[in-house]
Amino acid sequence: MEPIIHFAPYTGWVYPNETVFEWSVLIAVYPYLTGLVAGAFTVSSLYQVFGFERLKPVAHLALLTSLCFMVFVPTPLLLHLGHPERAFNSTLTPHWTSAMAMFGYFASFYVALLVVEAWFAYRPFIVEQAQTRNDLLGRFYRLLTLGSYDVSEHAMSYDKKWIFALAVTGIPAAHGLHGYVGFMYGSLKSREWWSSDLMPVIFLFSAIISGVALLVVLYVASCKLRRIPVDAACVKGLAYTIWAFIMVAIVLEALAFANLVYKGREGIEVIMQYVTGPLLVPYFLLQFAVGMIAPLLWLSYMIWRGTTGRALIAGVTVCACLVLFSVFMMRWNVVIGGQEISKTGKGLLAYHMPFFGKEGALVAIVLTLAPLAMLLGLTRLFPPWADDAAHAHS
Amino acid sequence: MKKDSKPALPARREFLSKLGGAATCAGAMVGAAALGALPSVSAKTEPAPTGGSFPTKDYDWTKHKWGFGVDATKCIGCLRCVEACKRENDVPRNAHQFRTWVERYVHLEGDEQVHIDSHQDPVNIEASGSEKEFRFANRYKDAKVDKAFFVPKLCNHCTHPACVQVCPVGATYRTEDGVVLIDHDYCIGCRYCVQACPYGARYFNEEKGVSDKCTWCYHRITKGLQPACVEVCPVGARVFGDQMDKQSPISLFIRNNRVQVLRPESGNAPNVFYVGIDKEVN
Repeated sequence: MEPIIHFAPYTGWVYPNETVFEWSVLIAVYPYLTGLVAGAFTVSSLYQVFGFERLKPVAHLALLTSLCFMVFVPTPLLLHLGHPERAFNSTLTPHWTSAMAMFGYFASFYVALLVVEAWFAYRPFIVEQAQTRNDLLGRFYRLLTLGSYDVSEHAMSYDKKWIFALAVTGIPAAHGLHGYVGFMYGSLKSREWWSSDLMPVIFLFSAIISGVALLVVLYVASCKLRRIPVDAACVKGLAYTIWAFIMVAIVLEALAFANLVYKGREGIEVIMQYVTGPLLVPYFLLQFAVGMIAPLLWLSYMIWRGTTGRALIAGVTVCACLVLFSVFMMRWNVVIGGQEISKTGKGLLAYHMPFFGKEGALVAIVLTLAPLAMLLGLTRLFPPWADDAAHAHS
Repeated sequence: MKKDSKPALPARREFLSKLGGAATCAGAMVGAAALGALPSVSAKTEPAPTGGSFPTKDYDWTKHKWGFGVDATKCIGCLRCVEACKRENDVPRNAHQFRTWVERYVHLEGDEQVHIDSHQDPVNIEASGSEKEFRFANRYKDAKVDKAFFVPKLCNHCTHPACVQVCPVGATYRTEDGVVLIDHDYCIGCRYCVQACPYGARYFNEEKGVSDKCTWCYHRITKGLQPACVEVCPVGARVFGDQMDKQSPISLFIRNNRVQVLRPESGNAPNVFYVGIDKEVN
């Protein structure tokens, strides 16, 4: 099949080779998924490590969410590679000076950690299912017990220690994984838009708010689907978490932008032309105003007024949706925006996303939603609901 | 100020063709004479190396330090170098992916802004007749030009290459003789190197699924030949040689001129040395 190359229209002066966009929407999806993993894990850790009791209803859902999204993190990268069959080269023969070379190790370690933590968390449930079911699923659970049926108090306290240790280890692992994604962009000196020391921290904080926001949406949706009342205290706890982290995220992004403008290095005229032109809506309006400032103000209002009940749940859920959208726009504005500003500092390019094709919008949407399908399946096998009688470790 | 120049094009093309042809013939004769003066060069007298030797049996990469010079004051924008490179290195025949390209800088009277264009410019593509041919449209023929010059560009084969730093598998590397190469059999096609290069010297070869860029025609220079672009340049705007040899063209070029490199602030330490470029060239 003849490969299709899309040439990007441009204004001003750009290098000839730049007229092909090399990092597509999939590379924006990749940090989005990674961010959701880190954010969801943060919620799980807030309960497991820091004892935020009001987050109990979502603690296990957070763990499963993190696992499901992590499984899909490598997929946009694999689809993007020119030679996906060589993907393991970076793990087998890593080039240590490359920020990208560590991905395989970080990702594998983190997936293993999530699986082990989830196993410990669900062990009582697995043992119970293994002992009570005689069907094919019973076999599956018996296999998952790994031969350990001991759910005595002593064994449980031992398990809890493991869960705590894994959760503690998972915090730097999850945040390291995502901070490192930010470093991949921030460390490049070829693009002024990316080259910021704040990039890893910006990625991290936006990751946390996106993960927490996702859990709000998933939790409220799951309660509606299961026809049970939503725990307002839990939703409020998540709202506080978003509120606290979104402020830092806004400040960091604003600082990075202010730095860029204030330093005014070579090419700043084109960057200003870009942010006040093509980026005005996606950056200032969608990412900042609609996706961050509006939820911050709304959450502040609800906290100030002591809003509760349906109004609180509806308000927080809408805010969470806006945050999820905002963080995706942030990834888009970094990955695509960075490439739309020419390395020459004298021109701008325009990315047109195809709908179909290996790196089109459809694949990006499917990859973003696929973890949710997996989550739906996993919640059937391992119910994460705190109200469930047959629940895992609390 | 975009002005097309179709009517003048055939005449200019013919003129350039004659000029280029004559210069190439002269260059070929001089080149042949020069090769004759180097008895140790293998390409003329020995059969092509067989497998198991890289790049050739009798080539010792510790004994060379290659360098490239560009004299922008000499470049006439004929683009034979671009054509030759595309043919020699199997570079996709389009106006958007290059191992080497030429930029045109034009200052017009009463206009503070410099006008820069190259082969991907739609006006130049139209003037060329197709994306597979390369010509600069005579778009400024009716304008008052204050200053104009051409700048050939290619991979800078940096001493501290950002592309090599970021390659996750080490498929791109710097050789002992100072050339940055890509192992196409190992490249995973992540394109991180394309993003990292501040000079826009790399492109992604969709057909092969790997990154690609100028190699200074490594397959030629290790046999004692010149890179294809240097070989065909009718005016000697491109200079290549061994910096270990103090009498080589590149050593003399660096010694006899005040040379500069592109984007020195990047810390990449490029090894393509320029003469006659202006402040806006980067």
